[in-house]
Amino acid sequence: MSTVRDTAADLAAALAGGETTSVELTQLHLDRIAEVDERVHAFLHVDGEGALADAAESDARRARGEARGPLDGVPIAVKDVLTTRGLPTTCGSKILEGWVPPYDATVVARLREAGLPILGKTNMDEFAMGSSTEHSAYGPTRNPWDLDRIPGGSGGGSAAAVAAFEAPLAIGTDTGGSIRQPGAVTGTVGVKPTYGGVSRYGLVALANSLDQAGPVTRTVLDAAMLHDVIGGHDPRDSTSIDQAWPSFTEAARAGATGDLTGVKIGVITELAGEGWQPGVMARFDESVQTMVAAGAEVVEVSCPSFAHALAAYYLILPAEASSNLAKFDAMRYGLRVTPEGNPSAEEVMRATRDAGFGDEVKRRIILGTYALSSGYYDAYYGQAQKVRTLISRDFDAAFAQVDVLVSPTAPTTAFRLGEKLDDPMAMYLNDLATIPANLAGVPGISVPNGLADEDGLPVGLQVLAPALADDRVYRVGAAAEALLTRAWGGPLLDQATGLTSSATEGVTR
Amino acid sequence: MPEISRDEVAHLATLARIDLSDAELDHLAPQLSVILESVASINGVAGDDVPPTSHAIPLTNVFREDVVVPSLTPEEALSGAPAVEDQRFSVPRILGEEA
Repeated sequence: MSTVRDTAADLAAALAGGETTSVELTQLHLDRIAEVDERVHAFLHVDGEGALADAAESDARRARGEARGPLDGVPIAVKDVLTTRGLPTTCGSKILEGWVPPYDATVVARLREAGLPILGKTNMDEFAMGSSTEHSAYGPTRNPWDLDRIPGGSGGGSAAAVAAFEAPLAIGTDTGGSIRQPGAVTGTVGVKPTYGGVSRYGLVALANSLDQAGPVTRTVLDAAMLHDVIGGHDPRDSTSIDQAWPSFTEAARAGATGDLTGVKIGVITELAGEGWQPGVMARFDESVQTMVAAGAEVVEVSCPSFAHALAAYYLILPAEASSNLAKFDAMRYGLRVTPEGNPSAEEVMRATRDAGFGDEVKRRIILGTYALSSGYYDAYYGQAQKVRTLISRDFDAAFAQVDVLVSPTAPTTAFRLGEKLDDPMAMYLNDLATIPANLAGVPGISVPNGLADEDGLPVGLQVLAPALADDRVYRVGAAAEALLTRAWGGPLLDQATGLTSSATEGVTR
Repeated sequence: MPEISRDEVAHLATLARIDLSDAELDHLAPQLSVILESVASINGVAGDDVPPTSHAIPLTNVFREDVVVPSLTPEEALSGAPAVEDQRFSVPRILGEEA
């Protein structure tokens, strides 16, 4: 009997075996959402009717022997930064409240083509600016491990939705860690593909040279299966890589044997030390030992320019964001605030942007405007772009020695809601380990690797591979997952107690 | 790294077309100073010999065939607009009142 705790791969097998239907599975997850989402707040919009209609079509296709692929009929949640035709898309911002896009993002179109019913849109920091989902204009999402704690960000909604068993799969986007860091702090899996590996068409841009959509799931195999659906060349994205990709599903299956013989793994010297929670480092060290025992050869590699990655990121990102968000001008879509009298278009724009954007968005737009100002451009934005080159060179040198790099995904476990809200720099430090991959465009995965001793909260292991070698993050990620899960005697999420056991777990309708 | 003054923030807000309130300006100026201080370390890290990177994956410009393909209808394109008139976006006056 299928349950909300089943993996997407299990649900796919149950559908293929005729043991369940997509309508049944979709209803099961809608019931779960109805039961727990008031507490978790992973969703900004739930589309029960649309999802069930898609599910019914999927079941009819399957009955005719025309299933479109393994995930046909498996429901999914989508981060609210991807446009969905006929479904609201707010990006967590008041400036887009009520906007219903007239077109689908390519990722969404591919989900629909592959037959995945879309359960709804997930919460996020406004325009993906944040590491805690507290910057959503619609209120924070809560961590299913402890409802007083943050689920990470910006994709806290997608991570919490899969961690709370509200959806077996979700889509996230990762500009500086927004898929991987929520994965780490919620005990789930998140993958940032190679830049250009998944289309950005219909992804409302935060920093277009860094943004990348990817899978948010509970297992590495599920992530790989989803990546196989959403990835690949899209002529509508000028930065989309035009090449054939290997099957990531096969890579994950190969890795699941747990054998790492002959794999060279590099531990990044710079991503450890001061500011790293002891429990995070303890689990990381253990995971490295586990991989050694499974045959991996581990060496330490230095990436000295990573020390400047955070600074480069917080110049490049606001610069790109300030220009990308200029389109919210109250003229073509979204909010329009009209001050009294007979205001000019510019006055309407200024009033609308003040009313429609939250604090963090304003902070970053102002910062980006500053970084791009004449007189400061060379010292800040120009320097940041050069540091980007140095970081890519560090990756090149490291990958000349090793197949993959590993680090903890985030320096700490989930902190309490409100704890870092008034200290932007403390919030930014959450992305320390994830940012270099975005600056260099390389793929990365976060896999749950245990609970910190101090607080019993989940910790993530990050695996990074060279650009285009996404198959390696699946192979090594699946191996680490298999070895760790074996040692725990079951998935880490079995130990989550933030949501008390409930009626929708373990039963099918 | 120079501190960023309240007046400077007000000027940047004008450039960015955001009407910040006095309270927001009071709040933002010190926060931005802290952030700028933290990113200032980047100055001088890379020498003149290091080329800048704008995109991680080297790109060349991409063109498609110059053929008509389906796109949004006018109704769809206007569907999210705050105000519409005669199949066009309706906007507030662009020129000054004296014009």
